[in-house]
Amino acid sequence: MVDILGVPMPVLMGQLLLGLINGAFYAVLSLGLALIFGLLNIINFAHGAFYMLGAFVAWLALQYLGIGYWPALIVAPLVVGVFGVIVERLLLKRLYELDHLYGLLLTFGLALVIEGTFRQLYGISGQPYQLPESLSGGINLGFMFLPKYRAWVIVASLVMCLATWLIIERTKLGALMRAATENPDLVRAFGVNVPLLVTLTYGFGVALAAFAGVLAAPIYSVNPIMGSHLIIVVFAVVVIGGMGSIMGAVVSGFMLGVFEGLTRVFWPEASSVVIFVIMAVVLMVKPAGLFGRTA
Amino acid sequence: MSETLLSVRDLQAWYGESHILHGMAFEVGKGEVVTLLGRNGAGKTTTMRSIMGLVRQRQGSVTFDGRETIALQANQVARLGLAFCPEERGIFSSLDVTENLTLPPVIRGGGMSLDEVYELFPILRERGGSQGTKLSGGEQQMLAIARILRTGATMLLLDEPTEGLAPVIVEQIGQVIRTLRDRGFTILLVEQNFRFAAGVADRHYVVEHGEVIDMIPRADVQASRDKLKAYLGV
Repeated sequence: MVDILGVPMPVLMGQLLLGLINGAFYAVLSLGLALIFGLLNIINFAHGAFYMLGAFVAWLALQYLGIGYWPALIVAPLVVGVFGVIVERLLLKRLYELDHLYGLLLTFGLALVIEGTFRQLYGISGQPYQLPESLSGGINLGFMFLPKYRAWVIVASLVMCLATWLIIERTKLGALMRAATENPDLVRAFGVNVPLLVTLTYGFGVALAAFAGVLAAPIYSVNPIMGSHLIIVVFAVVVIGGMGSIMGAVVSGFMLGVFEGLTRVFWPEASSVVIFVIMAVVLMVKPAGLFGRTA
Repeated sequence: MSETLLSVRDLQAWYGESHILHGMAFEVGKGEVVTLLGRNGAGKTTTMRSIMGLVRQRQGSVTFDGRETIALQANQVARLGLAFCPEERGIFSSLDVTENLTLPPVIRGGGMSLDEVYELFPILRERGGSQGTKLSGGEQQMLAIARILRTGATMLLLDEPTEGLAPVIVEQIGQVIRTLRDRGFTILLVEQNFRFAAGVADRHYVVEHGEVIDMIPRADVQASRDKLKAYLGV
């Protein structure tokens, strides 16, 4: 058996894989947060709740409607996205003129309400979600055993992040979004319906969270508090990457997941705080975040 | 004056508690170049922003091409054929020059083609891939004007296009404005540089304390020199 720095290869690789999986969720979630913060100026504390909703919609769809994993991967983000659109139209749009704090309070409260409701209905023990048939089992790579589903999560997240990045950086719609992030009034004065753009961006960011939730459902149990556990770390990731930076969100998401995984191998006690330590250091050295633009 | 395109009557506007426009009233005919002259803080920029629907607290009447626009949102006003080039130019730093240039959607036919725009501003083709805000001040001003020419808008609102620019660039912008007038654009210009304004405009409205206090047609500019000096404090 090959050892690296006294750690057996399969253990190291296993933790690296786990780190990449966590990183994939960090990346997809912080990507949505970055999009929303950029255009709405709202720190979406309900993001974790929407992630949880995605998982729950998938579970409920399977339980009561017989809708399987693959359709749920599309249906759940759509349903949650529409819910997000309603939230934006009904509640958030009243806050844009006000201080950041109000958006933060509202979305935080919303998260509590959503999570509380599901807690009441389903308890916190969690519901199992069956792995899709086609992705059960794994491949022996020689140096480690790779469960197919975990590989799929990483690939799907990467593809989603890349697709989003391409839309933002390479399309006309993306140019409008970037411009509206900088100067919404002027973009409106060009005849663009910016409020509609804002609503759709929120819906899309929220749908991304729900997509991550469906991906997570077969790995973690579907649990009303699955989002609130994750979201704290995701906020640290966003701060490290740079508020509102798309690239920063994705790169630091994966990077920090791996970092956390490695810490778990070499210094297990520190693994739950390492991301926050990195955040503190980044804030001291580069307050705008690794990829942030200083205004 | 030719047929009226833009008509502003009893326009009032506020920023929070401060009452900025106190019954602005003026008209711009089709194909005219008209300036709003006045000192800093007289309400010229606020007038433009109110016409575009960018000032929320406003009252009175603004008709464009016969349609009342006072209750419309900025994006609806733009769709009627008004285009705005703000004082701070509003070049987007996260967009390259080409993206900046093609950002405003085409709202109707009859605008200039991209090739025609490049013919007028060759530098924008050369610098297409640069970050928008990496251009010099004069180039940014050219870009800010260029990008509203493709949209099919018939009237351009240009807020201090010469501010902070070298004389040779100011001269170029004057050329551009004359070219645009020849192409049939109607132009409302806010200016503090009176010599520049006198060279390009058909008529001048003098603005003070949020209202129009005088109108001077091109033919009377020479005769009104002293009066203008007093108004503008130059």
